[in-house]
Amino acid sequence: MTGAARLPVEAEREPLPGRQIALIDLLDRLLSGGVVLTGDITLSIAGIDLVRVSLRALIVSITAQNPSPWAEGTPQPRDGHAE
Amino acid sequence: MTEPISYTYAVVRDADGLPDVLAGVQGVARAPVHLVHGRHGGDVAAVVSPVPPEDFHEDALKRHLEDLDWLEAVARAHHSVVEALSAHTTVLPLRLATVYLDDERVAMTLDACQDTFSDRLSRLAAHVEWGVKIYVEPISVTAARADTAPAPGLSPGRAYLRSRRAQRHTQEDAYRAAEQAAANVEAAAGIHAVDRARHRPQQGELSVGSGENVVNDAYLVPAEHADAFFSDVMRAAEGLDSVRVEVTGPWAPYSFASPPDAEPAEGTASP
Repeated sequence: MTGAARLPVEAEREPLPGRQIALIDLLDRLLSGGVVLTGDITLSIAGIDLVRVSLRALIVSITAQNPSPWAEGTPQPRDGHAE
Repeated sequence: MTEPISYTYAVVRDADGLPDVLAGVQGVARAPVHLVHGRHGGDVAAVVSPVPPEDFHEDALKRHLEDLDWLEAVARAHHSVVEALSAHTTVLPLRLATVYLDDERVAMTLDACQDTFSDRLSRLAAHVEWGVKIYVEPISVTAARADTAPAPGLSPGRAYLRSRRAQRHTQEDAYRAAEQAAANVEAAAGIHAVDRARHRPQQGELSVGSGENVVNDAYLVPAEHADAFFSDVMRAAEGLDSVRVEVTGPWAPYSFASPPDAEPAEGTASP
């Protein structure tokens, strides 16, 4: 599914193309990685990246043991390389 | 509201042959992708495709982002464009759903950020990203009990407590093994990597594979070290029971696209 390999089983390594990448690995990168630009469509509210917020809500169940990452403290402005 | 708007995937250094690479590459909603250049020259270009505005305006986006099928389609389309580019050149991927009203606005952004993009592309040239995840395998109750057959003559209550204790010890051992694995992996990775970014451990319905994900890191590795990184990391956790290490990639440098000081929310640290 990914470049996953089990230990201690011998690692099987396949080239990336043609293999289905796990969506969660992709979302880790596309929603918390990548250059953050201020596009013309407002994707942030009060400095919090909306994409990030929606997705974290979706893929992480918020519990007392696992508090929301954006609820703690003041939100960090994420203007990146914004204009 | 009917003019298409500009979905922006990545920034690359413009080079001969890039339009050929992009010919036939489909982006979000299967639209063909094209290059947009800054208006004041410069050697960086953005990779863009038109998308329907009704899907990408703020309200629509909010709604769509809760729709996993829609999100997956966009994420995979975004990734496939980045992958197509990666095969030929250094790519600076942009965050999912970076959208401008038209190509002119993209060009203005390129002009404004020209130096930053250029610097970052130079830093990332000939580097790949590897994902490294460490899992603690779940300890089944039966497995723990099988290890410790209750002493004869033990009351049911005491036998239960003893088996619970054994189970707890097994679980503690598993976490200790995971800590050891994490230390070994970090040391092995540090030999090759030039940077590390930490993602949140994966949880929830989208997480794949068995066990609890305790480490979800990304490493930036010079291309000439890519193979050695993979094999050394895989070897680092050999022999540790109840721990599983997964390596994903090589990826375009998504997790390192922003310089560390511009990425305050996700802990980015040197290995």
